[in-house]
Amino acid sequence: MPVTGWGWRQWCLIAPPFLWLFIFFLLPLGVVAAISLTQAADTIPPYTPLFTHGPDGLQAQASFANYRLLARSDVRAYGNSLGFAALATALCLLVGYPIAFAIARAPKAWRNPLLFFVILPFWTSLLIRVYAWITILQPTGLLNRALEDLGLINQPLLLIYNGFSVVLGLVYAYLPFMILPLYGSLSQLDESLLEAAADLGARPARVFREIVLPLSLPGVAAGALLVFIPAIGEFVIPDLLGGPGTLMVGKVLWQEFFDNVDWPEAAAVAMVLVVLLTAPLLLAQRLAERAT
Amino acid sequence: MPLLDIRTVSKNFGAVTAVDGVSLSVGEGELFALLGPSGCGKTTLLRLIAGFERPDAGRILIDGNDVTEAPPYRRPVNMMFQSYALFPHLDVAGNIAFGLKQEGMERRRRAARVAEMLALVQMADYARRRPHELSGGQKQRVALARALAKMPKLLLLDEPLAALDRKLREETRLELIGIQERVGTSFVFVTHDQEEALGMASRIAVMERGRVAQLGSAAEIYERPNSRFVADFVGAVNLFDGVAAGSALKAPAFDTPIPLPELADLPEGTAAALAVRPEKLRLSRARPDGIAIAATVASVNYQGGISIVHAATPSGRMLKAQMASTAAAAFERGAPVWAGWDPADAVALSR
Amino acid sequence: MSRRITLFRAAVLALGFGFLYLPIALLIAYSFNASRLVAVWGGWSLHWYGALIDDDKFRDAAWNSLRIGMMAASLALMLGTGAGFAIARFTRFPGRLVFSFMLMAPLVVPEVILGLSLLLLFVASQAWFGWPASRGLLTVTIAHATFGSCFVAVLVRAQLAGFDHTLEEAALDLGARPFSVLWRVILPGISPALVSGWLLAFTLSLDDLVVASFVSGPSATTLPMAVYSSVRIGVTPEINALATVFLAVVIVIVTLAFSLIARQERRRLARR
Repeated sequence: MPVTGWGWRQWCLIAPPFLWLFIFFLLPLGVVAAISLTQAADTIPPYTPLFTHGPDGLQAQASFANYRLLARSDVRAYGNSLGFAALATALCLLVGYPIAFAIARAPKAWRNPLLFFVILPFWTSLLIRVYAWITILQPTGLLNRALEDLGLINQPLLLIYNGFSVVLGLVYAYLPFMILPLYGSLSQLDESLLEAAADLGARPARVFREIVLPLSLPGVAAGALLVFIPAIGEFVIPDLLGGPGTLMVGKVLWQEFFDNVDWPEAAAVAMVLVVLLTAPLLLAQRLAERAT
Repeated sequence: MPLLDIRTVSKNFGAVTAVDGVSLSVGEGELFALLGPSGCGKTTLLRLIAGFERPDAGRILIDGNDVTEAPPYRRPVNMMFQSYALFPHLDVAGNIAFGLKQEGMERRRRAARVAEMLALVQMADYARRRPHELSGGQKQRVALARALAKMPKLLLLDEPLAALDRKLREETRLELIGIQERVGTSFVFVTHDQEEALGMASRIAVMERGRVAQLGSAAEIYERPNSRFVADFVGAVNLFDGVAAGSALKAPAFDTPIPLPELADLPEGTAAALAVRPEKLRLSRARPDGIAIAATVASVNYQGGISIVHAATPSGRMLKAQMASTAAAAFERGAPVWAGWDPADAVALSR
Repeated sequence: MSRRITLFRAAVLALGFGFLYLPIALLIAYSFNASRLVAVWGGWSLHWYGALIDDDKFRDAAWNSLRIGMMAASLALMLGTGAGFAIARFTRFPGRLVFSFMLMAPLVVPEVILGLSLLLLFVASQAWFGWPASRGLLTVTIAHATFGSCFVAVLVRAQLAGFDHTLEEAALDLGARPFSVLWRVILPGISPALVSGWLLAFTLSLDDLVVASFVSGPSATTLPMAVYSSVRIGVTPEINALATVFLAVVIVIVTLAFSLIARQERRRLARR
């Protein structure tokens, strides 16, 4: 920017969003940390105060009871979350890469419309689209009926309320988030590099393995993080499509909060999740900074 | 009092010195050129005048006022950008009116001024068009009209003819001169094309590595360059390098040192050179009186009205002579010739 | 590339888009199904659309969601544009790392965390300062504006990267002060990002279930909340009709916006 210099103008521009995000994003995380150290109570709000004014001044009444409880009962949920998220990420990559590749190599005039149609489902309600999968995957749903009508099965397959439907739902929901950064990377690939490789005698498979793949790694990394991080804490999909065996962290948090009204416990669940996500988040931050 | 007064201005970018203690002044109604190869600092100097960069040292005065610390929007200077920088979301009239709206001119006067500017650049029918609908030459006219709309005392032009093809360049050059005369604004333009500078400017500052190598009229710069650099950069030239010996130039090209009184003050052995423009180099079959160098015709380049004849000396040095094609017809490849010139036509260079 | 590979690519695209659009196609088809059951096709009918219009709870929820969406998107646009501009142009300032983290994290952090943390903040703030007095439209709007602004910032930042900065110099040269330059040259120049940013924030707000569930209050049910409670009870065909209407509206708006943007991009590129 030409007339730079650090003046009041620059502060005017930065201050509002900075303060807003600080108050409504960072600060709340601090509050969560604080409340995770309190206990559930029958008060409004339903937790014991962290700080009390006693005769000895300000005292803190912190307890790690919530975390101990968490370690005893919710570890499996964290394991499920990590596992399902990882599996969904891998599948999104497997399914999304060919699609992104096909769009990137499509005739120029087709690329933007194709991308538009990849993004369009994202603009319509996820909730409703996941609900649609219920009607497809149910025992009395379309898929089973079709298979029965074709004579391929005698009894309906258990396609819903299990790991299969959860992973399917996750892949379905997050696929656009994988395709877009992959496309970004692949579309920047210089066609002449591939031609040069071919000219030097490399077969298509080798060209892909040694040139296309390495050069598209930034897109792969970005897409993987964009899917993995939110998928771990996903609530709607395991709730609607999952069953008792697919308990994920998002649902545990929800249940603690809404069903058990144990806010401190929910806060503890959230804190552990935040800690788990710190490493991927910092990675994403580094990638984002490098990309610009 | 000059219109633009630049006093020992310097600008560094990190370790690189772009402008090094430059001083020059431009008067009212002048067409002034900053000429030099890329990296010589001419564009940086232009941007310093416009206010997009602050000098690290020195002062800049416009019309007697010190504008060194003033931001671009407070200087009575406007610029025509090399890429035109037309606002894509405004039409032609909107672009031209932008600066007028900024200074709060009321609508009717604004419209009148816009119409006046459009007429000046002969784009009256294009008022409602958008920039993306215009050709390169048309965009340039709009950019010019926009820059002149506020009637600045000083107009800066960044490589105005660079993006145009040859024929358009000719026409545009004449138009620019005509407009400048009509409007009376001083023009300072930056170019790397010495033909452009010689053809348009009343005064030229030739720049090299952040400094002004020579400042003068087109004729002065061309006929009396003050250094090897200027002689070589502006126009074609035959340069004979050698050393000063008394008041003569001793050079491998000459059998005997050539007497040059201008070299009298130079210590013995200092590097010096002699410059002879191709049109001043005379080729003849017979050995001329005075300076004579033996050579063989290497090629004859027909260029329409004139021809360029290259002749090689026995030591392999290539001489370049320019003459009317009718005269060039007398020379064929391989023919032996003598090269000579009128001593008054050669320029002694001490650096 | 040989024919065979192109055929493979076409198949990949067909399968991929089939997968993405199958549920959507089904929703639309079954919204016209006269029969309640998915198993039975009862013929074409607009019955469910009628039921949808008559349904108070969906109508009220939709109205809430629309209001929240518009306010949150507008707020997100204002905050996000400033943020995107700042992060793109100001390369060094104290707190830049924190700022950049705060702009990126809400995009990926799970919604349950966003929702819970904001609710706890509102509750604590109510206990200490008395604000907010009650949770409802305002708190949901604040929450949606928070993550919406991060999305807007991404789009603005990307568009600024390709912005011709000589236009700014030209404006300054013609007498515009820096704020004028922003308002009269830069913002019009990045309008595709502004339009798509607003739309994106609006859509995200309209679609959000989790965060709204945490920070909302009684009598401020949003459309996703109404749909969710409906779906938990059992599959009701009204939802198909709702989905189709929703889809139609979104497609119209998004198509309009994208064609507008594409037209402006063509102009911008032709300029060079």
